[in-house]
Amino acid sequence: MATKASRTAARAMISPAVLLLLGWMIVPLGMTLYFSFLRYNLITPGDNPFVGWENYNWFITDPSFTDAMFNTLVMVGGVLLITVVGGILFALLLDRPMFGQGLIRIMVIAPFFVMPTVSALVWKNMFMNPVNGVFGRLATSLGFQPIDFFGQIPLASIIFIVSWQWLPFATLILLTALQSLDQEQLEASEMDGARWLSRFWYIMLPHLARAITVVILIQTIFLLSIFAEILVTTNGGPGTATTNLTYLIYVSSLLQFDVGMGSAGGVIAIILANIVAIFLMRMIGKNLDA
Amino acid sequence: MGNIKLETVSKSFGSVEVIPPLDLEIEEGEFVVFVGPSGCGKSTLLRLIAGLEDVTSGTVLIDGQNATAVPPAKRGLAMVFQSYALYPHMSVGKNIAFPLKMAKVDQSEIETKVATAAEVLNLTDYLDRKPGQLSGGQRQRVAIGRAIVREPKAFLFDEPLSNLDAALRVGMRLEISELHKRLATTMIYVTHDQVEAMTMADKIVVLQAGVIEQVGSPLELYQTPRNIFVAGFIGSPKMNFIDGTEAKKHDAHTIGIRPEHINVSSSEGSWKGVVGVAEHLGSDTFLHIHDSGLADPMTVRVSGEVDFRYGDTIYMTPHEDKIQKFDAEGLRIT
Amino acid sequence: MARAVSNKTKLINTAVAGTLGFLIFFPILWIVVLSLKTEQDAIRAPLEILFNSGWTTESFSTVQARSDYFKHFSNSVIISVGSTLLGLLIAIPAAWSMAFVPAKQTKNVLMWMLSTKMLPPVGVLVPIYLIFRDIGLLDSRIGLTFVLMMINLPIIIWMLYTYFKEIPGEILEAARMDGASLREEVLYVLTPMAVPGMASTVLLNVILAWNEAFWTLNLTAAKAAPLTAFIASYSSPEGLFYAKLSAASVMAIAPILIMGWFSQKQLVRGLTFGAVK
Repeated sequence: MATKASRTAARAMISPAVLLLLGWMIVPLGMTLYFSFLRYNLITPGDNPFVGWENYNWFITDPSFTDAMFNTLVMVGGVLLITVVGGILFALLLDRPMFGQGLIRIMVIAPFFVMPTVSALVWKNMFMNPVNGVFGRLATSLGFQPIDFFGQIPLASIIFIVSWQWLPFATLILLTALQSLDQEQLEASEMDGARWLSRFWYIMLPHLARAITVVILIQTIFLLSIFAEILVTTNGGPGTATTNLTYLIYVSSLLQFDVGMGSAGGVIAIILANIVAIFLMRMIGKNLDA
Repeated sequence: MGNIKLETVSKSFGSVEVIPPLDLEIEEGEFVVFVGPSGCGKSTLLRLIAGLEDVTSGTVLIDGQNATAVPPAKRGLAMVFQSYALYPHMSVGKNIAFPLKMAKVDQSEIETKVATAAEVLNLTDYLDRKPGQLSGGQRQRVAIGRAIVREPKAFLFDEPLSNLDAALRVGMRLEISELHKRLATTMIYVTHDQVEAMTMADKIVVLQAGVIEQVGSPLELYQTPRNIFVAGFIGSPKMNFIDGTEAKKHDAHTIGIRPEHINVSSSEGSWKGVVGVAEHLGSDTFLHIHDSGLADPMTVRVSGEVDFRYGDTIYMTPHEDKIQKFDAEGLRIT
Repeated sequence: MARAVSNKTKLINTAVAGTLGFLIFFPILWIVVLSLKTEQDAIRAPLEILFNSGWTTESFSTVQARSDYFKHFSNSVIISVGSTLLGLLIAIPAAWSMAFVPAKQTKNVLMWMLSTKMLPPVGVLVPIYLIFRDIGLLDSRIGLTFVLMMINLPIIIWMLYTYFKEIPGEILEAARMDGASLREEVLYVLTPMAVPGMASTVLLNVILAWNEAFWTLNLTAAKAAPLTAFIASYSSPEGLFYAKLSAASVMAIAPILIMGWFSQKQLVRGLTFGAVK
């Protein structure tokens, strides 16, 4: 199929994409790296001297950094836990015979398509507001004290909102993987005398293991960058209670105009994401047979 | 028209040489079958002739012209693919018309040609259907129809019957053979099924690991196979091969005798054995005989029904003039 | 399973799944309800809202009148459709060549392209922001379209690649044997067969661009702000706003919910990069 002529043509056709992506990566990345070694603040004029690791030092030793890292970990971990466990349960449920499966599926999938700003604000105001929100009203009518979600448990509230958004994704992926399980394998195990729990543990779960790993890796990469939900609900507060690494860098860069510090933070975020990405790329690579 | 010659053609994929340099000539109007086990290079050879793969070295000549660098579209050949490769988004009529459209033929002429081809292949009622709505056999015919309208110098068939069920295969085999008689165009046919090869070919090319083991008419290959591989490949059930003392008695390293060339008796014969599994086909019975000290099992064909049962003692006598002799390298001793 | 499942089991499954599904879907349903209420009604107790109050479409008109909703809506449309179509222009040749003329490096190049999607946007926030500021692309639709195209390009290429690979090579070879030139092969055979895949790719990527909420929040102000940013402005509202927020939200998410319904399969294909089949 491949002749010399088509090979040259192919290279020409792929160049725009390659060049653009290369530029998109190298130029900003290079700049971030460069800035991270300068003292560069947009509101204090003057030259921007090279200061080596000073920005990194400041960034890491700042107490907000520890808070941000902790919050990032908790946010990612919390959402992963809820979505993976919930996803498996929903996938198992949706795989069963029922009426109106199409409609139920649509209902379960819908939250993923709602834009983050809408879902965050809707949850915060219409549901979690202790006075006017549905949860608050429900609590009051049952005689309980309504929880002030964003006042008392802001981090958990954000985790809840983000989980609501990502549960459909996990469910969809896991359901797809579940449905690709060869029915004959399950039937064979039934003939071998396995009850449902054994079938789940020994056959379904291992088959899903790959999909679960993919879900975890992909979600982690996106969850490290949770931003909009924080911006519109708590602005990272109270204090730094809901600030994650992404938000911290945003504050540094665009609110405090400290380009140097923000860039240092950016480099750290990139390194973190890269670690996860390496694992994900390995999984993708195994499946690719170009 | 339709003379194809391969001169020291070889093909490598990267560093792997799948076809060492070979020479082959296909005469005009011949029905040539490339046959061999999976991976022997028969499909690759076909694709080299078609131009879908470049040769690594050597020359491909079509009607005396060097076609080695000519793209497939311009070689004047037509190919029927194993999966038929019909255009799913076009109707049957448009599928068949496509090559004519590419050749910029007049629309009215296209319509006539398509109608003729459809009639020949019994597709007239299906012209407006899409391939997805057809059965395997019908799709097969559309693929052939698309090839016919091109009036090519030669037809190339790449295992066209493998995707059909057994009954359909027999019918289509006959249709293709009749097509050949009617069109008198060169046909090169690739298959791994030696029955197709034997029944359809004027000339068979037996390939193994890219090497041509033998070229000849079906009868030649049956009666005078050049080596053990060809002897074992052609003919079903396989020829029995016997080494050791029995072979030495005939001055050979190995001897071969076909199942149909052995007489059996319950009382006397040259060789003795115990009956194992018996396969009853109604018209024939194939007995698999163990403990003969020759080959295990020895396969024997007996006409009609026989009265041998599992565990019975049986005596075999080969037709002496049909014993094939092979030397230590596996080549036939003449 | 081919065994008969009793209707009773089916009903139980339906009840459980239906209830859970409804609970998950409820917030979306709720804002549709609230969007059709007056602001006073919208903050009452839920049961009151459902059964004891009138319906009105005043919020929809207020949102449009007061905040030029339509402008933000059209920004979203322009940016998401524009970035996807532009991406398609660049991605189609790239995916074609990788799918049909694969070289030894093809797999690595493809994986590298995918890896660019894993770059956390915050890592390049500063330089992009500064570059855009300096060349005047801040708060511009063009700038945003470019950024969104770049972040979705890997996914567009990847999806097209997988769709192209699914076209049986033999059919293209048949076209070649039938005398088609490269141009004719692409025009008459490849494109018609690839159209469904391209449509799916466009669908998913328009959705992803529409919902993008990092660059659209940080690179825009008044002029180019799409719906994501517009809704974000409700985070510091004045006075009663539930009904208006609901109306604005319903209008913002409705198109995507509909598109999303059709693109479930594409979602799996596009966002798991082939690691799940």
